Amino acid sequence: MNTEETFDVKPIGRLFAVLSYFTKINLAGLMKNFSRKKAYDKGIKGILFLCASLSILTTIGIISVLIFETVEFFKEVHILDFLFDSQWTPLFYEKHFGIMSLLCGTILVTLIAMLVAIPLGILSAVYLNEYAGERFRSIAKPVLEILAGIPTVVYGYFALFFVTPLLQKVVPGLSGFNALSPGIVMGIMILPMISSLSEDAMRAVPKSLREGAYAMGATKMQVAFRVVIPAATSGIVSSFILGMSRAIGETMIVTIASGQMPRLTFDPRVPIETITAYIVQVSLGDTPVGTIEYNTIFAAGMTLFIFTFTLSIFSHWLKKRFREEYS
Amino acid sequence: MVENNVFDISALNVWYGEKQVLKDINIEIKANCVTALIGPSGCGKSTFLRCLNRMNDFIPEFHLEGKIINNGTDLYAQKIDPIEIRRDIGMVFQKPNPFPKSVYKNITFGLNIFGVKDTEKLDKIVEDSLRKAALWDEVKDDLNRSALSFSGGQQQRLCIARAIAVNPKVILFDEPCSALDPIATGKIEDLITELKKDYTVVIVTHNMQQAARISDFTGFFMLGELAEFDKTKKIFTDPSNKVTEDYITGRFG
Repeated sequence: MNTEETFDVKPIGRLFAVLSYFTKINLAGLMKNFSRKKAYDKGIKGILFLCASLSILTTIGIISVLIFETVEFFKEVHILDFLFDSQWTPLFYEKHFGIMSLLCGTILVTLIAMLVAIPLGILSAVYLNEYAGERFRSIAKPVLEILAGIPTVVYGYFALFFVTPLLQKVVPGLSGFNALSPGIVMGIMILPMISSLSEDAMRAVPKSLREGAYAMGATKMQVAFRVVIPAATSGIVSSFILGMSRAIGETMIVTIASGQMPRLTFDPRVPIETITAYIVQVSLGDTPVGTIEYNTIFAAGMTLFIFTFTLSIFSHWLKKRFREEYS
Repeated sequence: MVENNVFDISALNVWYGEKQVLKDINIEIKANCVTALIGPSGCGKSTFLRCLNRMNDFIPEFHLEGKIINNGTDLYAQKIDPIEIRRDIGMVFQKPNPFPKSVYKNITFGLNIFGVKDTEKLDKIVEDSLRKAALWDEVKDDLNRSALSFSGGQQQRLCIARAIAVNPKVILFDEPCSALDPIATGKIEDLITELKKDYTVVIVTHNMQQAARISDFTGFFMLGELAEFDKTKKIFTDPSNKVTEDYITGRFG
């Protein structure tokens, strides 16, 4: 007889066995289904699902408020006026609701920002990835990323009190508030994002491709521009799109440094107003809830949303297209 | 067969940092021959191969002493531009590494970077190189398809065609078949035998049968030293070094 075996039988197990015997129900099997571990797993799953649905519900909530208020807005303003009127003056006595002049400001500033950020971003990514030594890179990249951590309000004052006066010495007819200076500063703000993401994309290009090109007598520059950048296109382009979305949605810099004068122009020297800056202007003022002036910010916000949404769809399409071509 | 030396290597010592990886290598590599380099992993044969076209320059810790004379030029002389060197001495790597571009653009890559723009000339070179790499019949209708859509063996032959396109004098192969199946390997081996008519071939291989099949000369590397270098037939039938014999008969490695 083996004594150890008798000790191994747990008392509870024995109790179940006895109960099962009398009730003819497989209690042990049932208990297994309700075991603590299972319940714990289910609980965690539920909490995670709640977290995930919370963000989705918030999004749905925001969009429905946007749509609801926008519909209210369009009950009073004709959509053709909204799209084709050349003036935006909802806060004046004589009201005009032409979104184009705000959109124009947004596009202008974004364009200037991208003109600054794309070439600088790519070149700094190429430098960091292909030319810089490992030590320099390990210092420079985090420093570059610190730029992304500077509060945008600081960038705004930097544009207004430093860059604008500086530019006024070079650009004739540049007014104190303008699109150029916040555009450039915004470009500097999104530069680290573009360069860091592009650098990651370039780093992911296999070393074997570089070696293949070097082995044929390519120079460093040829390897960078003809092999690495083309192979990393999908990542680089998505960094542009991300930077662009950031620029379109950026609020503080333009609110501070670009003036508050909606204007249908592509002249970067004069005061303009972007969609985001307008929303700030109305939100800060004493516009009563429920008035048409109040509803304008939702229509403007909707426009902004459609814009960035289209952009992200476009970026998905681009990514897919390039991926097909390059792998 | 004209038996002049393409490479005269004397007293070659190589270090990675403090670690010496090649010790006093002396070797002559003959033109229009296939020279195979064999030896256990980590014996320095790949390092040696990469000295021949200065691909080791990218390793920060790399340090070399001794002379590598390529057709009268000292490859490691001060005034030598490694980029020029690599135009004459092409290389095919262990893993097929075609660019993520079309077949056509892969072949013309080297010519493009040297500034050849004439389309007619490019077309002709593309066809010639692909024919020499025994790939033309398989890809002639798909020249604009991405190189990555072909099989591993085809990709490797494409890489060979790409190396041929810039008209080098020497082609270095760094274990070109280690990522390929036996059929693709057979094709590459046939190709290498064919290539020695026009080019000098140096090949690093882990596969001793392969070395025996395709090479004219074989060098056996052991712990950073060139243990034996001779005609392939001699190495595989009557090696003068006991270590070589042990290795090729499979007693270690």
